[in-house]
Amino acid sequence: MSRADVEPDAHRSETLPAPALPAQAAPRLGGRARFLRSELLMVFRRRRNLALLVVLGAVPILIAVAVKASGHSARGDSIFGGITDNGLFAALAAFLVVMPLFLPLGVAVIAGDAVSGEANTGTLRYLLTVPVSRTRLLAVKFGGILVWCAASVAVVAACGVIVGAILFPSGELTLLSGRTVSYAAGGYRLLLVAGYVALSLAMVGALGLFVSTMTEVPVAAMAATLTLTIVSEVLDAVPQLSALHPWLPTHYWLQWVDLLRDPMATAAVGHGLLVSSAYVLIFLSLAWARFSGKDVTS
Amino acid sequence: MTVAAAISSAGLSKRFGKQLVVDAVDLHVPAGSVYGFLGPNGSGKTTTIRILLGLVFPTAGTHALLDKDFAASAADVLPRVGALVEGPAFHPYLSGRANLARLDAADSRASARTARARIGEALERVGLSAAAGKRYRNYSLGMRQRLGIAAALLQPRELLVLDEPTNGLDPQGTREVRHLITQLGRDGVTVFVSSHLLSEVEQVCSHVGVMSVGRMVWQGALAELAAQQRVRVRVVTGRPSDAATVLRGMGLAEVATDDDAATGVLGQAVPERVVTALVAAGVGVRGFSVERPNLEDVFVELTGAGFDVSG
Repeated sequence: MSRADVEPDAHRSETLPAPALPAQAAPRLGGRARFLRSELLMVFRRRRNLALLVVLGAVPILIAVAVKASGHSARGDSIFGGITDNGLFAALAAFLVVMPLFLPLGVAVIAGDAVSGEANTGTLRYLLTVPVSRTRLLAVKFGGILVWCAASVAVVAACGVIVGAILFPSGELTLLSGRTVSYAAGGYRLLLVAGYVALSLAMVGALGLFVSTMTEVPVAAMAATLTLTIVSEVLDAVPQLSALHPWLPTHYWLQWVDLLRDPMATAAVGHGLLVSSAYVLIFLSLAWARFSGKDVTS
Repeated sequence: MTVAAAISSAGLSKRFGKQLVVDAVDLHVPAGSVYGFLGPNGSGKTTTIRILLGLVFPTAGTHALLDKDFAASAADVLPRVGALVEGPAFHPYLSGRANLARLDAADSRASARTARARIGEALERVGLSAAAGKRYRNYSLGMRQRLGIAAALLQPRELLVLDEPTNGLDPQGTREVRHLITQLGRDGVTVFVSSHLLSEVEQVCSHVGVMSVGRMVWQGALAELAAQQRVRVRVVTGRPSDAATVLRGMGLAEVATDDDAATGVLGQAVPERVVTALVAAGVGVRGFSVERPNLEDVFVELTGAGFDVSG
């Protein structure tokens, strides 16, 4: 914040006076915000990334249309079963489907590409000589990843809510514990779920950022990030390893169903957030330790 | 606030695995100079440049840019330094202008208000205004190189570090870059330009440093180097042996004769006097030439093996 807020060109004007422009409508953003904005433009303008968002948005639509076409919910699962009663469940069912693979895949792509992509194109050396401090570069990259987590979750939720409202009733809804609440209260629950999912994904983002500092090949970083995430999910599925389960980063990923009970069961959700934050801290520290002393030869 | 040395280093070394790529390099680049950093491919130039800019951490040694110790104040001094390192590198699917905008946005000291104007000016300066909206992936090698130089000129700089700036440029582009360097030098910007082509640098530099296998083998003012050159005179005459006698009498060294000429190393003697003496001695002079070895020969002498790739 410090330098960006003071007049940045003060010491330069001696060498070459900045041309006095007619008050251009350019927003006067602080230096830090400009870089983050530029990073977000890079992420959200890229066709590959937009395609990922389209795929994510298609999932709730696909589910809702399939349920509507068959006339009844395909599974006995209470969340899937709820779709025909209330459209909000289309979004929730979609989260159930995209959480194990599609959402982490998207985050792995963005995070794995974060540093290794810049190294791969060679732009990393020019960013560092601008100069961007290595810590700041990691911070901005992680900021971009967090926004991506939120955006991808928001796309799933929004598409689910919209298609649900079109195809199914959008009145009161029955929570998993059997109590009935208003549509607005249901929407609030969905918001909490989305927030929880986004924060759970942040762990994949931090892992991806760390892996991304170790290679100049983006695809390798993406694959490694996704592989590690899936390994955690596989370990979580082996009952003999139950002692390990509470420490696995993915163990609490579907715990958000607790938020659909009344009263909300927050203990496991809280634990899930704690584990996720711990992994975020660990991987960010590793990324920083790795990157701050690294020779950039790309 | 006058700066004495734009770049100075002491014992700068870098080891990659077992290989000592940069070996105790002591750079001294005086402020205001145009410094040619020369050496064959693989002699450690680029690694040295990467160390200077903080991309690679030296195994040993220290350096300072614009009189500021780099380890202590990199963030303060780098904004005053523009750099082109090992060729241009930009995002292929962004336009030239958008790429510069991204770099400018990354600079926390750059003003968003003047960004448009500064980017336009930098593009103008390298003659890329017309192609500014094209995607970088569609740029030719020469256009990419120009964009790289434009990026280095986004801010007024006190020091420019240009690594092989004419790589991939056609003769016209090379001339333009040379002109740009001269112009910047005249504006008081210190230019540190690396090259493996001597002819390219010879015309624009005031100082040179020569690297060979990771070591600095010679550095100093170009004029100083010229003074070290062994200038030979050649007298074309019908009486070579008489001419040789005169030359020896004038104090010239390594006097030699062939069928129709005598040659000698000029040393302290003045060419005009040599001719006068020859005529006075009755030696018919058919031709007289002063042969200054070109820099290439001097550098081949310095680097030993000449300008081949060194392992």
